Amino acid sequence: MKFFPIVWRNLLRRKFRTVFTIGAIFFAFMLFGVLMAIRSAFSMGVEMAGQGRLMVIDKVSIINPLPASYESQIKMVPGVTDITHANWFGGYYQDVRNQFPTFATDPESWLRVYSKEFELPEDQKKAFLANRTGAVVGADTAKKYGFKVGQKIPINGTIYQRPDHGPWEFTIEGIYDSKIKGADKTNLLFNYQYLRETIPERSGFRDRYNWYVFTIDNPDNAPQIAAKIDAMFANSPSETKTATEKQFVSDWAKQIGDIGKIMMWIVAMAMFTILLVAGNTMAQAIRERTNELAVLKTLGFGDGRILSMVLLESLVIALIGGGLGLALSYTFISLGGDPTHGLLPAFFFPTAALAAGVGLVFALGLASGFLPAWQASRLRIVDALRRN
Amino acid sequence: MLSQIIAVTGVSIRSIRQRLGSSSVAVIGIAGVVLVFVAVLSIAEGVNATMKASGDPDVVMVLRAGSDTEMTSGLAGDAVRIIQDAPGIARDASGTPLMSPELFVVVDHPLKRSGSPANVPLRGVTPEAFKVHDHMKIVEGRNIEFGRNEIIAGRAAARQFVGLNVGTNLKWGESTWTLVGIFEDKSSVSESELWCDVKVLQPAYRRGNSYQSVYARLTSPDAFQQLKDALTSNPQLTVSAMRAPEYYGSQTVTLQTIVRTIGGIIAILMGVGAVFGAVITMYTAVASRTREIATLRALGFGSVPVVVSVLAEAVFLAVIGGLIGGAVAWAAFDGYETATMNFQSFSQMAFQFAVTPKLLGMALFYAVIMGLFGGVLPAIRAARLPVVTALREL
Repeated sequence: MKFFPIVWRNLLRRKFRTVFTIGAIFFAFMLFGVLMAIRSAFSMGVEMAGQGRLMVIDKVSIINPLPASYESQIKMVPGVTDITHANWFGGYYQDVRNQFPTFATDPESWLRVYSKEFELPEDQKKAFLANRTGAVVGADTAKKYGFKVGQKIPINGTIYQRPDHGPWEFTIEGIYDSKIKGADKTNLLFNYQYLRETIPERSGFRDRYNWYVFTIDNPDNAPQIAAKIDAMFANSPSETKTATEKQFVSDWAKQIGDIGKIMMWIVAMAMFTILLVAGNTMAQAIRERTNELAVLKTLGFGDGRILSMVLLESLVIALIGGGLGLALSYTFISLGGDPTHGLLPAFFFPTAALAAGVGLVFALGLASGFLPAWQASRLRIVDALRRN
Repeated sequence: MLSQIIAVTGVSIRSIRQRLGSSSVAVIGIAGVVLVFVAVLSIAEGVNATMKASGDPDVVMVLRAGSDTEMTSGLAGDAVRIIQDAPGIARDASGTPLMSPELFVVVDHPLKRSGSPANVPLRGVTPEAFKVHDHMKIVEGRNIEFGRNEIIAGRAAARQFVGLNVGTNLKWGESTWTLVGIFEDKSSVSESELWCDVKVLQPAYRRGNSYQSVYARLTSPDAFQQLKDALTSNPQLTVSAMRAPEYYGSQTVTLQTIVRTIGGIIAILMGVGAVFGAVITMYTAVASRTREIATLRALGFGSVPVVVSVLAEAVFLAVIGGLIGGAVAWAAFDGYETATMNFQSFSQMAFQFAVTPKLLGMALFYAVIMGLFGGVLPAIRAARLPVVTALREL
């Protein structure tokens, strides 16, 4: 560290170039942050999906609801510990463009099964369970539309219709939050019973649920339990498809398909292009000082010391640019969240990716300094001094 | 002055060959940015083109009021009969209204690219459908026979999903379908769908005598308002009517927002990053030519020609980079077909990446801007070089 002042003076020697190199690295690592956030957004939170939770849907299509009678039958399968159900309601607030995921469910069992994803203060939870026309809404949606606890809000349905074609009125009894990073805090949940009374009996859609979610005591038994349930309802008018929630989320993410993958590829390419330019400049800055390095060697500096000084110089540049880039993109993405305001709830910068970013910063610093330093150390002093 | 500019610029452009290493890095940097820019926006352009092909302005779509997609809409058989008699709907020679009530459901079926299940749109239609969607044509096999469990598949659906070949049987739930033909519809969204007889589909999906949408051909484009007023003012109906282009325009709002927002963020960050890259490259170029530039200045060349020559070199490199990036994007992505989720209707929609001339023009413009920004500071620096010290510099 004694020689740090020399390294520092070298960095300041061409301030302009140093500043712009740091700038280029900074933007490359900002891109890295965006890349990682896109990755988690397009995987639709597959890392967060429960392995110990399974879903049951109609085998032909999720739009065909399953009979309510399946609930007790699934519950009796050994290993099943708890079960809840949901209907996709397709609600919107005031204007059809203001849509957020809206589910009709059984509040009590839902909040048991999803206790971590839907964290609710105890008094709000009590009020929600007590009020048949109550609803809980995610913190993100509440913030976006300014919903407050106790407020009455009209929600229209795109799928279901009230006999009078008016909106359903809900009282917001609670606003849920979650400590899980990237958790979807845009949903609105309400009691299925409130929806049920508006579904005409002759429609054939009353007491039918789009999907069941159940928990099991041992995640390792998931395949056997799933097979057992599907066999139970085979050859009935409503055959089922049972799989882990993770499997469903991952299939769902795959439906979005190549687009996410292509976007990630090209961002990665852009990032590496910029790093290539920056790395080349850093290497160039050292290459043009070859004869100075020879002078140092003449003065008695060993190869190892010169190598470490050169590496230190490129590491400092990489650390300043990359560190700032990672820190800023992490802060912006954590504070700003989803740039599309509700379409990509899982848009966040995972902490594990941050570690990978730091690794990349070090790799950049070492790689761009190592090659020219190594070349310089192999030169004979006399040749190097003669170099222009 | 002008001759000086030309002479100095000529020198710097010709000497690029001696600085091939650092110059090619700048070219690659800009090419990469342009490639990304074009690729991301070609997704949005491609989706747009598919939607444009889908909406015939002479066709009106009727949905239940309050529904924003066919998927969530619902129209009873009685309502369809009332709509049929509304004014403004064209009729054929025999007096049958050119109107198609349709049922739109999705089926779980594996995708070719991942083997994982996805939602294929399955549309039940009546014989009139082929008169309303009049660009539709069978390109392989034959059309469905009404009353039978037969299906025709859009060309894009056949390419994206497993086992959709003429002659195969498909079993979904309790019903088995035979795929009898493949159709084309000027690359519209319909090509991502499967079509069958609505009367066969209704009982299979327990829909009674109900439909989800009505497509109707107008007597003339101006008849739209008349038809819309007649439908929305009828107390027996709670429907909304819109022109088909308007409907299809609204169907990809989510997808477009995602692609354009993220694409925008990427393009800005990347653009600034690339300008920084260009700055350091040009700076290195100026630095390595310090003595040369100082010699020119000593010989009496003014500072303006020096500035212009550095800028010209930067723009020249940027244009080369832009051309390479655009060409690679065009070769790699134009016409590349893929399918994604249409968030509004919950189902798969195929489209082709479209690298349009407009997009390439924009990208080249973007490259020139990056070159100018990248060149301006090093250019000023070159012009300000104190001649005496610069000549002495190593």
